[in-house]
Amino acid sequence: MPYTNQAAALIHSVKAVGERLIAANPVELAVGNVVRRVLHIVREEDLSLTTAAMAGLNLSAESDDEDDTDRDNHPALSAAAIAAASRSTLRPPSLQTLLEDVPDSAAVPHTSSSGGDSEGKSKSADKSSRSRKLKHDVIEAVNELIQDISTCHELIAEQAVEHIHQNEVILTLGSSRTVLEFLCAAKEKKRSFRVFVAEGAPRYQGHLLAKELVTRGLQTTLITDSAVFAMISRVNMVIVGAHAVMANGGVIAPVGLNMVALAAQKHAVPFVVLAGSHKLCPLYPHHPEVLLNELRSPSELLDFGEFSDCLDFGSGIGAPLLHVVNPTFDYVPPKLVSLFITDTGGHNPSYMYRLIADYYSADDLVLERRTTSGN
Amino acid sequence: MGAQKKGATARVSEDPEELARHPLQAILLADSFTTKFRPITLERPKVLLPLVNIPMINYTLAWLESAGVEEVFVFCCAHSKQVIDYLESSEWSSQPNFSVTTIESHNSISAGDALRLIYERNVIHGDFVLIRGDTVSNMSLTQALQEHKDRRKKDANAIMTMVVKQSKPSPITQQSRLGTDELFMAINPVTKQLLYYEDKAEYSKGFISLDKTLIADNPSVILHNDKQDCYIDICSQEVLSLFTDNFDYQHLRRHFVKGLLVDDIMGYKIFTHEIHSSYAARIDNFRSYDTISKDIIQRWTYPFVPDVLCGSSAIKVERQGTYRASDVTLSRSAQLGSFIFIGQGTKIGNDTKISHSVIGERCTIGSNVTIEGSYIWNNVTIEDGCQLRNAIVCDGVILKSGAVLQPGVILSFKVVVGQQFVVPAYSKVSLLQQPTQQDSDEELEYADSTSGTGELRSDKLNGDIAPDLSETASELGTGGVGYIWKVFEGAYDEEWRHSVAPIPTDKLVKLMLDRDEDEELLTQDGNVISASGELKTDSDGNGSEDDDNEDSRDDYVSFEKEVEATFLRAVHENVKVDLAVLEVNALRLSYNMASVDCGGAIFYSMMKLAVESPHNSASELHRNAADIVTTWQKLLKSFLHDIDEEIEVILKFEEMCLESAKDFAALFPQVFLMICLDLEDALMGSR
Repeated sequence: MPYTNQAAALIHSVKAVGERLIAANPVELAVGNVVRRVLHIVREEDLSLTTAAMAGLNLSAESDDEDDTDRDNHPALSAAAIAAASRSTLRPPSLQTLLEDVPDSAAVPHTSSSGGDSEGKSKSADKSSRSRKLKHDVIEAVNELIQDISTCHELIAEQAVEHIHQNEVILTLGSSRTVLEFLCAAKEKKRSFRVFVAEGAPRYQGHLLAKELVTRGLQTTLITDSAVFAMISRVNMVIVGAHAVMANGGVIAPVGLNMVALAAQKHAVPFVVLAGSHKLCPLYPHHPEVLLNELRSPSELLDFGEFSDCLDFGSGIGAPLLHVVNPTFDYVPPKLVSLFITDTGGHNPSYMYRLIADYYSADDLVLERRTTSGN
Repeated sequence: MGAQKKGATARVSEDPEELARHPLQAILLADSFTTKFRPITLERPKVLLPLVNIPMINYTLAWLESAGVEEVFVFCCAHSKQVIDYLESSEWSSQPNFSVTTIESHNSISAGDALRLIYERNVIHGDFVLIRGDTVSNMSLTQALQEHKDRRKKDANAIMTMVVKQSKPSPITQQSRLGTDELFMAINPVTKQLLYYEDKAEYSKGFISLDKTLIADNPSVILHNDKQDCYIDICSQEVLSLFTDNFDYQHLRRHFVKGLLVDDIMGYKIFTHEIHSSYAARIDNFRSYDTISKDIIQRWTYPFVPDVLCGSSAIKVERQGTYRASDVTLSRSAQLGSFIFIGQGTKIGNDTKISHSVIGERCTIGSNVTIEGSYIWNNVTIEDGCQLRNAIVCDGVILKSGAVLQPGVILSFKVVVGQQFVVPAYSKVSLLQQPTQQDSDEELEYADSTSGTGELRSDKLNGDIAPDLSETASELGTGGVGYIWKVFEGAYDEEWRHSVAPIPTDKLVKLMLDRDEDEELLTQDGNVISASGELKTDSDGNGSEDDDNEDSRDDYVSFEKEVEATFLRAVHENVKVDLAVLEVNALRLSYNMASVDCGGAIFYSMMKLAVESPHNSASELHRNAADIVTTWQKLLKSFLHDIDEEIEVILKFEEMCLESAKDFAALFPQVFLMICLDLEDALMGSR
C-alpha cells in the first residue's frame, strides 16, 4: 500500500529510530524526550492539515456529488488521508473524530475521493501537494524545536534578573552550563551578588565552574560538598541544573543535590532548578535511585594501584571486603523543589504535568514498537 | 587512507603532518600461545571465552575503538575459523571508521611468528598498538601515543612504549591477585626508559642482579616491584622488522624485551608509560580470569561493563552490584547475594543461594543449589542440591543432582557429572582426553585431530567411543561423561597458584613466611633492595653478591697488613727465611686464609718495600725490586705450590700497578718479565 497514511508511516519510522536511540543509552532521558517531541510534532501537523482539509471539504461538499462515477476510475490514486477526510465529511465532524488517532485503518475500503476535485489529475496533484505540505510543516516545526533547544540557555538566562537580587548569596553544586549562563546574565545586568560553589565530588566539576565564574568577574567561594549544611544559613537561594525533570516534578540531578535540597528546606532557602524544556520527561520515576542511575567507575573515587591489596580476590574468602559505589545521579523529590525555571518561564513542581501535556501526546509515552505494529 | 604511503619505507618521517596522515593501527593477537586455559581451549579459542558473559575479544575491540584506533588486524591461529566466523557475524564487521581485518595462520607457534607473518604482509604503515585479545582496559591512548611520538621525534631509537600500572607492593598481592610472577622493572625516573625487566625472579635466590653499566650510565634508576605489566605496547614499525631479523625471538617479553635490554641491539630503547586512574589488565590464567571478572562487575573497567557493552537495555544493574537480564525466571525463595550476573533466559529454583558468581544465558538451576564464586557459562543444567564453589563450568555441562564441585574445578564443554559425585579440588574435566606429553609453555593451542586426539594416552588409544564412555562413567560417577585430567608430577604444587579458587589459607601463610624469611636473609646482609628505593650510583652493581663477600674482604685486608708487618720485620731484623715462613704460616692459620692469599700478600709487601725504598729513576726502582725478589725468593717460593698461586701473584701485581704503586706502571713489562723468570726459577727448584 504505497499510499497509506503519510503521517502514520512517518510516526512509525521515527519510533523505530527513536527506540534504537533510547536503547543506546537508556539513562539519558533527554533522548527519549526529543523523540517524543518529534512524534508529537508530526501528529500535530497532520491533525491541523486534516482539519484544514475538512474545512475545505465542507465548503465544496455540494459540488462533489456529480463526480461520484468518476472517482471509481481512479481508485489507485486516492489518498488515504483524503479518503478519511472525505469520510469524516459524511459524518458530522465531532470532537471524537478530531482527537481520534489518524484514521489509517479506514483508508483502503473507502476508495472514494471527493476532495472537491472533478478530475483525477487534480486529485493526485492535491494529494502530493498535501503530503508535501505535511513534510514541509514537519520540517519547519522540527527546525523550530532544534532552535528552541539550542537557545534554551539564553531563554532561561533572560529570566535571571527577575530571580537574582542585589547582594544575594547563591549556592550551586557541580557545573551546569545553564546555571553558568544564568548567573552571568544576572551579572551582565549589573546585579552584584556572590556565588558559593560546592565542588561536586567525585568529578569536581565545581572547580571548573568556579574558574569560569571568576573569569567572568563574579565573586566566588568554593566549598566542599560536606560544607553545604554549614554554609546554607548564609545563602539566599540555591540554583542548580538538572539531568532530567520527571512528570511528578521530581528531579534527576548530579549526585549530592538531594543533600543540598534537604539543607535548603531545613533553612527555608528557595531551591530553584533550571531545566530546558527538552529535559522534561513525561515518565514517572519508579525506583529512580537505581533504575535511572548510572554507576561509574570506582577509579574516580580512589586510585586502583593504591588499593589493589584491598581488592585481592585470591586470598581470604575470595570476595573483596571493599566495595566502591559511584552513582552519577540523585533523585530530588518534588516537595523539596521550590521552583522550576524553563525556557517558557517559572513553574511550580505540581504544574509539571500540565507542561508535559502541552509537549507530548499521550500515545507516545511508551515508545515500543509493539504498540503500533498492529497495523 | 594509508594507500598513499604503501610503497614507502618504514623510516620515520620528520614531518609531523605526514605522520598524522596514517590511521592508527593495532595488531591484536587472538591467540595466547600458551596452554594455561586447557582443557577449555582445546575446543574454543581463549579470546572467545565469555568474560562476564561477553567474549573477551569484545572488551579488547571495544577499547581499541574507543581509544581512536581505526584499523585492527586480528591475528588468529588456533581455532582461527571460530574467531573469523565470530568476528564476521558480530557487529565489529560493520562499524564505520573501524575496520577489523583477520590474518589467519596455521603454523605460527608464538607471538614472534605472528609478528613475522604480519611483517611479511606489509600492512602496518606507522606506529601501532600491540595487544592481546585477552586484555581488558579503559585507558586513554592519547597521552601515551603523544609521548611516544614526541620521543620518536627526538630519538628514532625509541621504538616501543610499554604501558605499566601501579599495583600495591604488598608482599603477595601480585601473585594472589593476577596469579602472575612478581615482576621487577628498573626504570629511569626522568626519561621513563625501561632498563631492566625480570618476571621470572626466583625467591630462593633472594636477590636480583643488575648490570653494573646500567647504574653507571644512568644518573638515577628506580627499581620497581610494584608495577604491573598491562601488555599494551605502542610500537614503531622497527619492532616488526626486529622480529624478522632475530628469527629466534618467540616470546614478546621473555625474548624481545629482554633481548633488547640485554643485548643492546642497534641502541634501540624501550620506554614506559604509567597509567594511574584507568584500568588495564591481562587475563593470563584462571586466577586473573576470576579477578578481572570481579573487577568488571565492580565496574573498574567502566564504560566496558556488561550493562553498557550489551548495548540494549537488556541487562540492568541493581543494588549491591547485581546484574540481571530482563527475562530471568527467579524462584521467590531464591537468595541472590551481591556481585552476581545472571544472563538472559536463565531459570533459578527454590532456596538456591548464589553469591559472587556469573551465570550465563539459558541455564537451568534447580532447587537448593549453592553457587559461590563460580563462573557458569551458557546452557548449563544444574540439578537439585548441587554445590559449586569457585569453579568454572563451560557451555552445555550437566550436573546431576547432588553433585559437588570443590574449589578450583574446571568443567569443559558438555561434561556430565554423575549423581552425588564429588569432583575433587583443582581437577580439570574434559570430554577430550589429555594429551600425553606435558606441553611446553610455548605450545600452540590446537584442538584439531592432530594434537587433540592424536596424543591420547596409550592405554586409551584402542577404545572406540562406547567403551570410552563406559570407562569414564566411573571417573565422574554414575552417568557421568568426561575425563579427569591427571596433574603432572611437580605441577600439582603450582595448581593452586593459578586456579580460580582463592589461595588456601595454609598456602597463604606459607607464602607469607617464605617472604619473611627472604627479607630476613636480605636484612642480615645489611643491604635490602627496597621496594622502589633508589639505588645510588656508587653502590656496587652486583648488589648483594658482593655484600656476602664483604666480611671476608675486611679480613683479608687486615691479614695483608699483618703479613706486611712480619715481612718488614724480617727484612729489617734479618730474620731467617725459615722463621719468616713459620710466622706467615701462623698468620695464615689464625686468619683462616689459603696459601694463595699468603703468596699474594707477601709479594704485595715485597713490591711495596721496593717502591718505598729510595730511588731516583725507573731503572733504580727496577733494580730494587729485582734485589728484593731475589733475596726473598725462598719465602715467596714456599707459598707458591702450583700454577694457580702464581697467577694470583701476577694478578696482585697488576692490581698494584693500577692502584697503589703507580710508579710501577711504567715498568710493568720489565718487572713482569722478571717476576715470570724468578717464579719459574723458584718453581723449577721446587718441582
